[in-house]
Amino acid sequence: MSSSSGGSLARYIAVRLLLVIPMIWVLLTIVFVLLRVAPGDPVSAAVGGKLSEDALDTRRHALGIDRPLIVQYLDYLGDVVRLDFGHTISDNRPILDVIRDQGGATMTLTIGAFLFAILIGVPLGRVAGRYRDTATDAGIRIFGVVSYAAPIFWVGIMLVLVVVKLFPGWPTYDIASVQTKFLVEPRTHVLLLDTILAGDGEAVKDVLQHHVLPCFTLGLLLSGVIIRLVRVNVIQALQGDYIEAARARGIPERQVVRRHAFRNALVPVITVIGLQVALTLSGAILTERTFNWPGLGTELVQYVTARDYVAVQGLVTFFALVVVIVSLLVDILNALVDPRVRY
Amino acid sequence: MRHWVRTIWNTRGLARWILLAGLVLVVAFVVMAVLAPWIAPYDFNQTRVDGDKLPKLAHPSGEHWLGTNDQFFDIWSRVVWGARTALEVIVLSVLFSILIGVPLGLVSGFIGGWADRALVFVMDSLYALPSLLLAIVFSFLLRDALGGGIVAAALSLTCIYIPQYFRVVRNTTVSVKQSVYVEAARAIGAPPTTIMRKYLFGNVVQSVPVIGTLNAADALSTLAALGFLGFGIQPTEASEWGYDLSRALDDAQAGTWWPALFPGLAIILLITGLTLVGEGLNETLNPSLRRRRLVPVRMPAMGPSDHYGALPTPGRGPGGRP
Amino acid sequence: MKPDDVVITAEDLRVWYGTAGDPVRAVDGVSFELRAGEILGLVGESGCGKSTLGRGLLGLMPDGAERDGRLLFRDKDMLTLKRREQIALRGRELGLIFQEPLTRLNPLMRISEHFSETLKAHERGITKDQIEHRSLEALRLMGIPPTRYKAFPHEFSGGMRQRLMIALTLVLRPSFVVADEPTTALDVLVEAQIIRMLHDLRDTYETSLLLITHNLGIIAEACDRVAVMYAGRIVEIGDAKTVFRDPQHPYTRELLRSTISLRTTGLNYIEGAPPDLSDPPPGCRFHPRCPDAMEVCAVRVPEPRQQPNGSRTECWAADQANGLVTLTENERIPLAKEVIAVADEA
Repeated sequence: MSSSSGGSLARYIAVRLLLVIPMIWVLLTIVFVLLRVAPGDPVSAAVGGKLSEDALDTRRHALGIDRPLIVQYLDYLGDVVRLDFGHTISDNRPILDVIRDQGGATMTLTIGAFLFAILIGVPLGRVAGRYRDTATDAGIRIFGVVSYAAPIFWVGIMLVLVVVKLFPGWPTYDIASVQTKFLVEPRTHVLLLDTILAGDGEAVKDVLQHHVLPCFTLGLLLSGVIIRLVRVNVIQALQGDYIEAARARGIPERQVVRRHAFRNALVPVITVIGLQVALTLSGAILTERTFNWPGLGTELVQYVTARDYVAVQGLVTFFALVVVIVSLLVDILNALVDPRVRY
Repeated sequence: MRHWVRTIWNTRGLARWILLAGLVLVVAFVVMAVLAPWIAPYDFNQTRVDGDKLPKLAHPSGEHWLGTNDQFFDIWSRVVWGARTALEVIVLSVLFSILIGVPLGLVSGFIGGWADRALVFVMDSLYALPSLLLAIVFSFLLRDALGGGIVAAALSLTCIYIPQYFRVVRNTTVSVKQSVYVEAARAIGAPPTTIMRKYLFGNVVQSVPVIGTLNAADALSTLAALGFLGFGIQPTEASEWGYDLSRALDDAQAGTWWPALFPGLAIILLITGLTLVGEGLNETLNPSLRRRRLVPVRMPAMGPSDHYGALPTPGRGPGGRP
Repeated sequence: MKPDDVVITAEDLRVWYGTAGDPVRAVDGVSFELRAGEILGLVGESGCGKSTLGRGLLGLMPDGAERDGRLLFRDKDMLTLKRREQIALRGRELGLIFQEPLTRLNPLMRISEHFSETLKAHERGITKDQIEHRSLEALRLMGIPPTRYKAFPHEFSGGMRQRLMIALTLVLRPSFVVADEPTTALDVLVEAQIIRMLHDLRDTYETSLLLITHNLGIIAEACDRVAVMYAGRIVEIGDAKTVFRDPQHPYTRELLRSTISLRTTGLNYIEGAPPDLSDPPPGCRFHPRCPDAMEVCAVRVPEPRQQPNGSRTECWAADQANGLVTLTENERIPLAKEVIAVADEA
């Protein structure tokens, strides 16, 4: 039989951490291979017309892309381990700085979106699962499908149209007014936190107001997934053997549904919500472009358009790492909640 | 195949409606795409008629059913031609993914060993990456080589979906490989390729249609996203809904709604149609979620010979049968 | 044990399932009585309707199923009870022990939480201390140490989980318990323990027990009376020893012959398969497989009758042999054997 819960949880975490390393390595290799497959010379692609041939050669040498691939590969791995994501070709800025400066905006956007998504998605999914195959269920499921089908940028545009009509003056783009951005001191580089730390109530309100539309938009997208998930899990939980056993003990139906079905249904949902980080990232990139949000998504788009492959590589590497780390954290969270998950 | 049709027929009301509704939507767009040259009044990048420039940002009217956008295009034409673009791209990309992913999964699952494990690890890692990110990277790479046309877009999307087919096919292969009837076939002496072909193919084919339809929906969504970001099909190559939406962005801040509404509706309807077909198929083919229509039970009154203690009636069985 | 204290009365009880086509007549006219402190064994092949009957007695049926007939728990009419009263009775007076203990406990809830939930559902004002006291008492009876009280289900082995389930069922002291194949998923040693515990319960609390199983050995060891079920009907019911020693129905005889012991030299089996319950055969349902079948058996349903040895049986051959009916010359002609060979798989 098993030992006390505390010990095996620590072991689970340790093993899980160890497993993360080969995964990261594989991802880094994939990113490297993909971006080196590009035909042509990245430097000329990025700044070709603007500099002389000698200057281009200097740049190439500085970037080290005239060395053998395997050397570049090992260098790349070594750099990533030291959290050095390189420098952009176009403006010679360290990518780490880019991440530091713009990452906060993406983070607050994402967290706000998750909050909206859970608030909307979980209750709707529960109701749909409980009252399966009724009109309510059909309506909720259609909402789920449409919220996934509607491109997030379209939803954003529609919301902007509505807001512009109904609430003129409500902010519809950017993360804060020019005034706020100018006046607030960047200490944590997360604008929302900085305004709170500065104690400037007006600025905090301003930033929060700017957050509403983009977070709600991204949240709608995520809620569709959550609804479907919660619904399916509730249905399957209701078919569980322990459900019948609980009924046989005379537990009232409402309690059976609430305590046995809903709670058990949420366990796999917790994991999958967390794993939607991939979907969230894609959605964030598009949302940022829609609302002119100064986050990492906007930066990525900018660098891709500029054909700056180093910047693209650096940012994509960073995103890949974020995905892996978040899924690791979610697994640990899942292990905390579900006592069966242990090694 | 017949078995499937009967299964679909027996499914309880809701799943059937879902499937039908989806099919209607999808077929409508297919018709639109095929008959584009006859339905669309203007070409996909036509800004002039007989030398006269089309109006800019004109309201929807009898002249232009859905109005015009800021590039002087007729929006209705853009929507119709966009249907053709959308369908071409998703069909190509799903096809490519299947052609690569399914055989890869079969072989990997059957061979097993370290090669299989390595492939699984790589595929799982790929699967973990955000699909849009992968698509952006691929379009970034293919832009120089293949330009901004339909094939390039389709290929950018292909790689995103390969892991899904690979995984499903490989897992089914592994479990079927271990199951009893394959052992039996081996015992009779059937060669490996026969085993693979006969027993595994059938099982695999059951899951691929569902995944394929849902992939098509996702592919369209990703294509539109790429177009919105400017990395998709270039406007000189074909009409693409996502690109039109990127142009509609600034107009929206001023309250101009029609350049954004209609291409967006087209995307929603087609994706919804594809998703409904996929979900409908899934509920039909997935036993634990499927609910069969139950005929309500009505019990006839018990006949004299059913009762305990009643006198036997000579010459008659239950229900009066002689 | 008071012989007049009848706990369960079933008369012509029917439980039919709704399907996409014809309804499945899983329980098709079952009658029996159960007294306080009595253990009635219910035996039959898979698919004969025993589980359905067990659950049907508690009102636990899948969607689309219907009950009919008469079912009394003491003097309450179970079939006309309002839903809320039915749920109140379940667990409190009517208990059910399931077959697969591994999946019957909520994996996210501790054992203590299972107990407190059950007790609080039926006894509103109960305090935490009382809950703990009674739960630990029930666990002690089942041989589970109190140190495991706060554990999770997955930390117990199969045998212990079954004992847990029994403890959970019995903490409310129901008067009537259905045990649906309680030991089938367990090994023989644990099986013996469980049977012994069920006996102890009967002796201590006078619980009536309906023990459903396909294992004749358990019946012989544990039961006072036995009912043999076939195709939704009870074909023979009586005192356990009598039925085993002097079986009246051909199906009972075949069942007894097909059990294996150390003295078995050749395997006996009953030809054919159980009938399709949505379209049972005419006349006596066993006639396609019965070695003693006569012409009348394919045509007329046999009446349940008390046989001289005390068992109740519905069988023309038994009635004829014991002189309870007189059949005509034609009716007594043995049934042609080809009917048996054509029995198709259910």
